[in-house]
Amino acid sequence: MALLQISEPGESPAPHQRRLAIGIDLGTTNSLVATVRNSIAVVLNDADGHPLLPSIVRYLADGSVQVGFSAEAQQARDAKNTIVSAKRFMGRGLKDVPYPENSPYDFVDAPGMVQIRTVAGVKSPVEVSADILRTLRVRAEASLGISPGAAAGGSDAAELYGAVITVPAYFDDAQRQATKDAAKLAGLNVMRLLNEPTAAAIAYGLDNAAEGIYAVFDLGGGTFDVSILKLSRGVFEVMATGGDSALGGDDFDHRLFCWVLERAKLAPLSDEDTRLMLSRARQVKEDLTNHVEARFNARLSTKEVVDVVVNQQDFWDMSQTLVAKTLAPTRRALRDAGLAAADVKGVVMVGGATRMPHVQRAVGELFGQVPLNNLDPDKVVALGAAMQANALAGNRSSEEDWLLLDVVPLSLGIETMGGLVEKVIPRNSTLPVSRAQEFTTFKDGQTAMAIHVVQGERELVSDCRSLARFELRGIPPMAAGAARIRVTYQVDADGLMSVAAREATTGVEASVAVKPSYGLSDGEITRMLRDSFEHARDDVHLRALREQQVEGSRMVESVRAALAQDGDLLSVEERAAIDAAISVLEKSMAGSDHRVVKAAIERANHATDAFAARRMDRSVKSALAGRNIATI
Amino acid sequence: MENRYRDMQREVHPDRFSTGTASEQRQSMEMATRVNEAYRTLRSPLLRARYMLELDGGDVAAETNTAMPREFLMQQMGWREALEEAAEARNAKQLDALDAQVGAELDATFADAELALDGRDGVTSTSLVRKLMFLDKLREEIGAAQERLEN
Repeated sequence: MALLQISEPGESPAPHQRRLAIGIDLGTTNSLVATVRNSIAVVLNDADGHPLLPSIVRYLADGSVQVGFSAEAQQARDAKNTIVSAKRFMGRGLKDVPYPENSPYDFVDAPGMVQIRTVAGVKSPVEVSADILRTLRVRAEASLGISPGAAAGGSDAAELYGAVITVPAYFDDAQRQATKDAAKLAGLNVMRLLNEPTAAAIAYGLDNAAEGIYAVFDLGGGTFDVSILKLSRGVFEVMATGGDSALGGDDFDHRLFCWVLERAKLAPLSDEDTRLMLSRARQVKEDLTNHVEARFNARLSTKEVVDVVVNQQDFWDMSQTLVAKTLAPTRRALRDAGLAAADVKGVVMVGGATRMPHVQRAVGELFGQVPLNNLDPDKVVALGAAMQANALAGNRSSEEDWLLLDVVPLSLGIETMGGLVEKVIPRNSTLPVSRAQEFTTFKDGQTAMAIHVVQGERELVSDCRSLARFELRGIPPMAAGAARIRVTYQVDADGLMSVAAREATTGVEASVAVKPSYGLSDGEITRMLRDSFEHARDDVHLRALREQQVEGSRMVESVRAALAQDGDLLSVEERAAIDAAISVLEKSMAGSDHRVVKAAIERANHATDAFAARRMDRSVKSALAGRNIATI
Repeated sequence: MENRYRDMQREVHPDRFSTGTASEQRQSMEMATRVNEAYRTLRSPLLRARYMLELDGGDVAAETNTAMPREFLMQQMGWREALEEAAEARNAKQLDALDAQVGAELDATFADAELALDGRDGVTSTSLVRKLMFLDKLREEIGAAQERLEN
């Protein structure tokens, strides 16, 4: 037994208290779940040994739900109720849906996000994603030996501590919020949304002990990202990221589908036949990776037979413009990073769609080198997510000591006169970041100012995404241009944003925590949660209690660890106050009222505020003090 | 500086406090934000020059004072016209050439500003730093025009 244990912040205080954490790649076409076991990231297979879960959900009339292969098998027979590529609809309105005319779904244009009418009722893309995530959660719990729905709150039963879920780097705030909402519905504690190319870089970098500048080129089923990273002594620093959140392998399938339609001179297809033709197109696209030609063969419900030979060159020609669409953001990312293609040491290829030879060739030509394909492009994102989940859960050991510094993917701005956007935080700023800008009134005697927060690169507000609006009131009447209003944007390491406005002479303030106006309202989420609990015969109140108990035990644990490490920073009285708050918290957790637990957590937080500040000072001083003799 | 920056982030970054208390998380976020801001300032020649000037009590008064020497303004106008023309004609070569010209002027001005700042010459430093701000802004606009051309 160790007599003295020294642990760094973020390190696990005791090895046997390892927290179970998972990484999930929620993909357009396939999804995966991975975890770190004995310091090695592994993908968790389903009971039949499949690592991939097709991101397909089928809703049946009796209220039951099929997810994955069983849903995939029915997609051409029950196209209307079998949702594929739901990720492309996340946080999106009807006008953003690609090729709705070739989609078998019965779309409902809801105010927040497009929804789909199925035989089991109207489903939001968030609910569809939640069904996929829930399936992965159950898979992970089974393979980690967790009993389903294990309660926390001081008991020794193993529970799932949390998950890191990956999203395309180029997802905007609404799409990210929708993903978080889906995880919440699936009963997952989201520790972080991690950008997919960054996750791939972590997996690649840690596996190969890579140092230097790397590009990650990630072309998935429905999204495209490119990130430029600097890997140095265990720090993964994202220098720039770019992409297109509506470009992926699906678009190549669609090109081929349209080409075949034209060749075969087919009459308009039924929903079922469209779905069948699209999945055949995907098959032919995959065949053309290793063959110079492939046969497009389908028997339609009209008894018509489609039989067309497609050669590689035809396919490359018809999809060349799609490939070109990946190169422009790649060049921009290089420019944003202040680099030339020749500065890049390696290009890591991620996502199934990068298997296409003409994509490989185009990327190779741009960077003047053969891309790296030594990682499984389907698994690398989930593996990186598992590594980050392990680190955030506090399981890192000293030899796994690494840090990720990610960036804001899209510029954050404010609406100014004439519907123009003034950028406050430019894209590719390292997180966490805070920036302030001063504005003034434009009318004499103006006493209020409307603040409109937008996201995007375009100059007109109407071309950007609206994130939030609020008003600063109580500005004293002054001549136009005399008031000085300082607007501060803050984005934390999770990418969550808050905006505050303050008038300098009076100090009047207003602020807002940004929840994108394009996501779901809290009311909708509550309704969905209730629905899903009714389905699982669970109890909302019990759930809330469990959540607070988990939160409470985290608090108790981290305060104890802090006291063990830096207790010397406290006077006897201060120590007694903290001990008292913790003991009140522990008592509350044994009770049955989640509100009491919540209040006790808040009090404990308050009681440890000053202590936390002193610990942070000590950390910074130690960083400033430099290395000691032994480590030089 | 890069190494020092990474070492500091290793200590204070919020990911290090993911299992910590809410106060620890908030304070680590504030600290990491400051470290990022400091690194950004020191890494960018323009922001660094402006920061050094302010440390010495200088003030570029960017928001209120836009008066510049006539000669410099004429040159600026010339460049801006060239930018508009090249952008309109969608001429990538002209844009690249303009970018190189402005880049060379930036480099030369930086060299002058460095001398002035080192010599604690407040008046000269202020005017040079302000000149740098104009040039930097122009170069940003050239970059934006190049980007529009590529898409």
